[in-house]
This record gives sequence, C-alpha cells and structure tokens, in this order.
Amino acid sequence: MFVAWRDLRFAKGRFVLMGAVVVLITVLVGLVSGLTAGLARANTSAITDLPADHLAFTAPIDGEGISFPVSDVDAGTWTAWAQVPGVITAEPLGIVPTRAQTSERTAGVAAFGVQPGSRLAPSGGQVRNGAVVLSTTAADALDARAGDTVTLAGQDLRVADVAGDASYSHMPVIWTSLDDFQQLTREPGEGAARATVVALTTTAAADLAAADAALGTTTVSRDDALSAIGSFTSENGSLQVMRGFLFAISALVIGAFFTVWTIQRSGDIAVLKALGASTGYLLRDALGQAVVLLVLGTVVGTAIAVTAGAALGGAVPFVLDLGTVAGPALVMIALGVAGAALSIRRITSVDPLTALGSAR
Amino acid sequence: MSLHLTDVTLTYPDGGARLTALDGVDLDVPAGTITALVGPSGSGKSSLLAVAATLISPDSGSVVIAGTDTTGMSRHRLTELRRTRIGMVFQQPNLLPSLTAAEQLQVIASLDGRSPRTARGRALELLAAVGLTGQADRRPHQLSGGQRQRINIARALMNEPAVLLVDEPTSALDQERGAAILDLLTTLTHRQGAATVLVTHDRSHLTAVDQVVEIQDGRLRSSVPAGRH
Repeated sequence: MFVAWRDLRFAKGRFVLMGAVVVLITVLVGLVSGLTAGLARANTSAITDLPADHLAFTAPIDGEGISFPVSDVDAGTWTAWAQVPGVITAEPLGIVPTRAQTSERTAGVAAFGVQPGSRLAPSGGQVRNGAVVLSTTAADALDARAGDTVTLAGQDLRVADVAGDASYSHMPVIWTSLDDFQQLTREPGEGAARATVVALTTTAAADLAAADAALGTTTVSRDDALSAIGSFTSENGSLQVMRGFLFAISALVIGAFFTVWTIQRSGDIAVLKALGASTGYLLRDALGQAVVLLVLGTVVGTAIAVTAGAALGGAVPFVLDLGTVAGPALVMIALGVAGAALSIRRITSVDPLTALGSAR
Repeated sequence: MSLHLTDVTLTYPDGGARLTALDGVDLDVPAGTITALVGPSGSGKSSLLAVAATLISPDSGSVVIAGTDTTGMSRHRLTELRRTRIGMVFQQPNLLPSLTAAEQLQVIASLDGRSPRTARGRALELLAAVGLTGQADRRPHQLSGGQRQRINIARALMNEPAVLLVDEPTSALDQERGAAILDLLTTLTHRQGAATVLVTHDRSHLTAVDQVVEIQDGRLRSSVPAGRH
C-alpha cells in the first residue's frame, strides 16, 4: 500500500468527502438498525423470551396464516399435546389486549394468561388467581409496585411482583392466571377454559406434524410465531427494506467513487505497470485504500450512532448490542469493499503502453 | 548485460489489413553504451522501444534482454523482467503526483516486494547523482520541468537495469537543460554498464552517443558510429 497511503494523504480532500459520506450512511444504518431491533423487541419480546421452543395455534382456514388474535385453543387441546411423545411440556398461554388501571393511571396492556406457577411467566410462581406479575414497563406505565392493586377489565388484582421487560405488540405485558384471563375474554360462566396458543417444549423425537393433524392445530417454532403478530411483519419488513436500501446505496456510492478515482488514476496506473507493477500489486493497493476508507468511516459513523442511540434510548425503543452495532458496521464494510472491488477491476484493463508518449 | 533484437517484425491491425510497424529489425546494444535511434515521426521508433520494453510482443523475431530470451514468456514473467532488468525514461516525466521525489524512486523497490524504507538510501544516492540533493521531499508540482525529468532518469536507474530505454527525454526542455540531461544519461550509462537506447529527434545529441541507428518505415536504414552526424 505504498502508493495508496500517499494518495490518501495527498488527495485528502476527496477522501475526507467520501469518508464523510460513509460516516453519514453508517450513522443512518446504525440508527435504523437500533430502532428496528428496538421496535421488534417492543413488538415481540414477550414471545421471543418464552421458555418454549414451539407454539401450537388453531389451524387457520385455507389461505390464511396463523394469527394470535384469531387462534383459540381449549383445555382438551393442551392436555392432548402434553400426551404427545417427545413433548416435554405443553402449557396454555392466553393473550389479549386490554386496559389496566390503578388509582392514578390507565394504560393499554397485553394480558398474558398462564397456569398458576407456570414457568412461562417471569417470577411465574407469583402468578395466582387474584395476583398478577407486572412487567417493568407495565409497572412504570401504571406507576404500580408489588402490593398495589390494578384493575383489569373490572377485576381488581393484586400486584404480586414486578419482573421482566416483556412487551407484546408495543404494549407492556401483565401476567395473570388463566382463570383471571378467562374473565377478560369471556362472559362469566361461559364454557370451559380456553387459551390462545399452547406453548410447547419438545425433543427432536416429537412428530409435530402428526400431532397437528390429529389435534387440529398448526405448530410453528417460536421465532416463526412472530409472523402471527399482526403488526410485526409489516413494521419489521419496512424497516428491513430501508436498511437494505441503505446498504445498497452505500455499496453503489463507494463503487461510483472508486470508479471515478480509478479512471482519474489510469495514467498513474499505466506508468506503474510500465515500470513493472503487477496487476495484483495494483489491485491490492487500490483495495487496501478502499478498506482503509471504509473502516475509518464506518468506525466513526458507528461511534456516532452508538452515542446517538444511547441518548435516544429512553425516548424511543432502541437496542444497542453487538447485532445492531457491529453487525451493520461489518455489512457496510463488506458491501463497500465489494463495490470498490467491482469498480477497481478496470485496473486490469489499463494498458501500460499508454505510458509511452503520455504527458503527465 | 545487453539488448539484442533479431529479425523482429511487428504489425498492427489497420482496418481489414495489417500495418507493418517493424520489419525484420536487427539491433545489438552492448552493455555500457548508448545507441541513438533516430527517424521521422511514424517510422517505428516508439514501436521498437515498446517491443524492447516488453510492452508489446512482436509477431516474430526475438528480443533478448541481458541474456534472457523473452520469446513466449508469460505476461507475468515479462512484467517481472521489466521490473528487474529494464529501466524506462519516459518522454514526459510521468511522476506520480502524491509521491515525493525520493518516493518516486522508492516505489520501484515496493513494486518488487522490497522495503521502500531500506531503499531510501539508494534513492537519495541516485537523486544526488542527478543533481537533486536536498530535493528528496518535494513533490512534482514543487519542482521544475528539468528537475522532474532528472527524477524520471533516476527512477529508471533504481533497479540497476541491464537495459535502459529512453524516449526523447529532452523534448520538453530548453537547449541548455537538454544538454545537461544528455550528459547525465551518458555518464550514468557508462557508470552503471546499462545497454541504453535513446530515441531522439535532436541531432545535436548524436555526437554524445556510441552508436546511431536510423529507422524508416519500420526498417533500420543504417547503423552509423557516433561522430559521423
């Protein structure tokens, strides 16, 4: 990189300009990545954090997909699932959006009904009939703590504990007993207990397809179950498309810059070839230059995005972790290098003969 | 340590036909001598230089550089030969704008995988030899045309070439600076023992060389000892 380093210093105006573009795109990608992960977590954390590997939904009618609002399973279903060979645990889980009140606050929440003592809820041993566990976000929204009383759809329930940060469809979660959950969704005395899905812990030996066919359910992995949250797919999809476009734009901008740069340098390249530079030497030199530019720009941009994300964290859902910080940075560098590599290919076609008689 | 061209023929595509640039050229340039190559524009001087520099492979004939026959060599080997055995002085200095005077020479070591830092000593020696002591850290835009051309010459000598190919080095310089450059080339050729080919239009240069070769329509017309022009 003998020439590349010196070019970077000599033409620093051009490289600083290009580096600034890389920085800005990295900041944007970093912020969008943190926001995407934050919004996704606010939409799905109650599901993704469940200690279960599969969820069994009511089998949808033809042409429709699984859906939490539509799914409705009865006690016979989860009891039968518990008998399926290879199924370690099968627990009912009821999910319904509702309104929670304390003496001073009202908040929209997602009530998650589980059997008393269920391990599905954090601090699950505290969930009993008449006693709920609040997620920290629910406790903050309602300004409630252990020992307080919250009202869910007219039922007064004691707060047994505050645990976890589960949220569902951008609503904080309140964990109730399955009996109390029935009061939120059904008229008093109306039929037997029901739930939304069956949360399963399975082994590889479980024949889920056969059990689905026998029990009239559709079972999917916990991660695949996220598509059953109405807003998640469209919201997450839109943000991922934005991120994808930013990555593509970054690769194109880098590629365009190095295309112009290589054309401008073609006279120098011809001279170096005439003096005995191998094509490999010249490609390594140019690619090294692109890597330096991309790494510096991406590191600065990521640092700015992390700082901004930390500042915004309290106001908007924003996740700062390895996946939202290092992941996008590495993708930016990889795509930028790919863009640069495509554009500097023209080095191979520069004819050293043009160095003879050229005026430079 | 010499240059031999034997029965070299080179043609270029010219519409549907082929244009003959070099036609059965034989040329011997012994080590430590300068051969001037003269001829009108389009006579084949640049083609001969390009063939000798291994930038073009001839249609037929052989080019032997310091005992190495280049016939049938791969592009990779030819590039290596150019890097290690051939020095080129371009018509224009062709210096890289981002490099200082010393770095223009050090880059030659870098091309060959050697440390440019350890090559700085030789670069400074060569700059001193071409009268540029104290100018090592200046970039091309900070130097005069004559100084740039001197760097062009020093760069060509950096790899201790067996063959030095010089393409009208004084065309952009005034008479006085041109004569100084020619003196320098003559001295360095004799000192380094290179086989030097000097393409020139300036007939005043011919008294300073060891051999004069005239080329016309791709053929060598005469090979005249120096001092007859």
